Amino acid sequence: MTHPDIFEFRLYTADDTLNSRQAIANLRSICDQYLAGRYKIEFVDVIKEPDRAMEDRIFLTPTLVKLSPYPVERIVGTLSQTNLVLQVLGLDELAA
Amino acid sequence: MKTITEARAKVSTGIAGFDEITSGGLPLGRTTLLVGGPGSGKTIFGVQFLKYGAEVCEQPGIFVAFEESPKRLIDNFRSFGWKLAELQDGKLFFLDAQPMPNMIQAGNFDLSGMLAALSAKIKQMSAVRIVFDALDVVLALLPDASARQMEMNRLHQWLLAHELTALITAKAGGDDTSSAGQPFGFMQFMVDCSVVLNHRVDLGVSQRNLRVQKYRGSSFNEDESPFVIGKNGFDVAMARSLGRADAKVSNERVSTGVDRLDTMLDGGYYRGASVLITGFPGTAKTTLSGAFAEACCKRGERTMFVSFDSDGSEVVRNLTSVGIHLARHVKSGCLRMVSARTFTGSAETLLVHIKTLAQEHEALCVIVDPVSALAKAGNELTAHAVAERLIDWSKGAGVTLVCTSLMDEISGDTQNRNPLQISTIADTWIHLSYLVQAGERNRGLSIIKSRGTAHSNQVRELILSKEGVTLADIYTAGGEVLMGTMRWEKESAARFANEVADVAAKLKRVSLDAEEAVLKVRAKSLETELVAKKVEKDLLVRTTQGRKQEKSGSQQRMRLLRGADVAKPEKAAKL
Repeated sequence: MTHPDIFEFRLYTADDTLNSRQAIANLRSICDQYLAGRYKIEFVDVIKEPDRAMEDRIFLTPTLVKLSPYPVERIVGTLSQTNLVLQVLGLDELAA
Repeated sequence: MKTITEARAKVSTGIAGFDEITSGGLPLGRTTLLVGGPGSGKTIFGVQFLKYGAEVCEQPGIFVAFEESPKRLIDNFRSFGWKLAELQDGKLFFLDAQPMPNMIQAGNFDLSGMLAALSAKIKQMSAVRIVFDALDVVLALLPDASARQMEMNRLHQWLLAHELTALITAKAGGDDTSSAGQPFGFMQFMVDCSVVLNHRVDLGVSQRNLRVQKYRGSSFNEDESPFVIGKNGFDVAMARSLGRADAKVSNERVSTGVDRLDTMLDGGYYRGASVLITGFPGTAKTTLSGAFAEACCKRGERTMFVSFDSDGSEVVRNLTSVGIHLARHVKSGCLRMVSARTFTGSAETLLVHIKTLAQEHEALCVIVDPVSALAKAGNELTAHAVAERLIDWSKGAGVTLVCTSLMDEISGDTQNRNPLQISTIADTWIHLSYLVQAGERNRGLSIIKSRGTAHSNQVRELILSKEGVTLADIYTAGGEVLMGTMRWEKESAARFANEVADVAAKLKRVSLDAEEAVLKVRAKSLETELVAKKVEKDLLVRTTQGRKQEKSGSQQRMRLLRGADVAKPEKAAKL
């Protein structure tokens, strides 16, 4: 089954910490593996842009927000549990 | 970490009693942990701390709500009359930090995002106070103890770096006294101050207690202090707070409302004293306190009469029968009658009620009738402490307090027991008793003690009449105390005897007067006789002399005539 939609992500991290780096690496690898060519990622460093964290109510970092396709989903953490992430993103069939 | 400077600077919480317990409030620029079970008042404490900062201390604050939405919080606190929404304009900020319900966790995460957002907010509003309410909610999301510990540490370092006076609240399990086993054990060691709130039910009555568990670099009251969530928020009772200023001491006397009692007390109660009137039911405790209330009102002092036994209006009506007219003082607003029968809750709550009402009324004199009512309905355990605090409070406020206390008739022992055992801290203790004698029940009054006052050691009979309350001397005869009719009989017998003695004395005086008059007359006649005798004697002397002269004169003349002794005529002339 193919997914014609473009996946839009926003990843909130805090500074260059281990959690941040892990989250970025894990997201990239998932995208490259399952969504090659049809994803967009916006990276937000809440230390640099605290107001955005406040507005978007991002209190735990890292947080991944899937903006599209609908529904919007939030995943908190380093995204190390790949299967769970794929499930939440609706990509679990691909993972199987 | 900074080193502790000489005296730890403190931040006032605005919570009545708490600042006294901690001698100033929360540690400035440090973190305080507030632990308590559900419904123990953690959130109220936190919000009150921030509200006071924003309203009174010009210290903006941030409330981080992990458990409730700020909107709900603001709505809830409206019942305290707190207008938090108005403070939100730059003085108080509520951060809705509830975890999103649709949030999914995958892997490790931390609180950096929130702290970053807060850093920006703190800078923007120059916040100095911060409350993290229900931190446990967010910590519970973390996968393991080490992750929790790391985040607590991160938070703590962040707080220190921002030099915020912080309050972190967290739910505790059932056992509030041990903290080591809790997930917040680590937190307990980290923070500078730790406070435990406790809410339990003793014999069906809710009792709330607050206890400061630790306070680095400061002395504090280590005991559990009862508190109440009253209509104005938190109110911590402080029984024995450290360094409490001595109560204002006055030498002024205030009338008890009964003249002879004033005399017995050498002028009346001291202003600001606590007076305890004990006695069995019907010994006129209420009457005596009513007399005091009337005397206070006549002096124009605002007075509050708290009646637990009957309705305020009933008390006013009943006292009219003994010549105590309170109605006009109630009308003028000088006297406030409080019917406390309707009060429910713990003794602590009742005390807060009384205190609040007295403050509202700006009462200078307060009467609690009877104070033993505090011990009813499962409050026996705390009533004693509460009664003590009532006295402490009245002293601190300079209020003259008159409490009545019912003696348990069954307990028998009349003099030395009193259910609340507050007699030791009361300044003046008046005991009313019955004496059953010759088919009569008469009321006796005695002053058991009165500090700093010369007072009569006599038992007096308390007489209630339409004209008012009076005290009469009692008679002792053959080692027995006589009251009522027997006293009256004794008195009239004595009066009769007196009259007889009076008449006898009068008679005696009259007869003595008569004797005196007789003697005076006799003295007068003797005097007259004496004068006559003297005259007679004078006359006698003169006639004798005259005769002698006559005799010698005639001899000379004879010699002259005879012509003898011519040479001495001058000599003869001289004679």
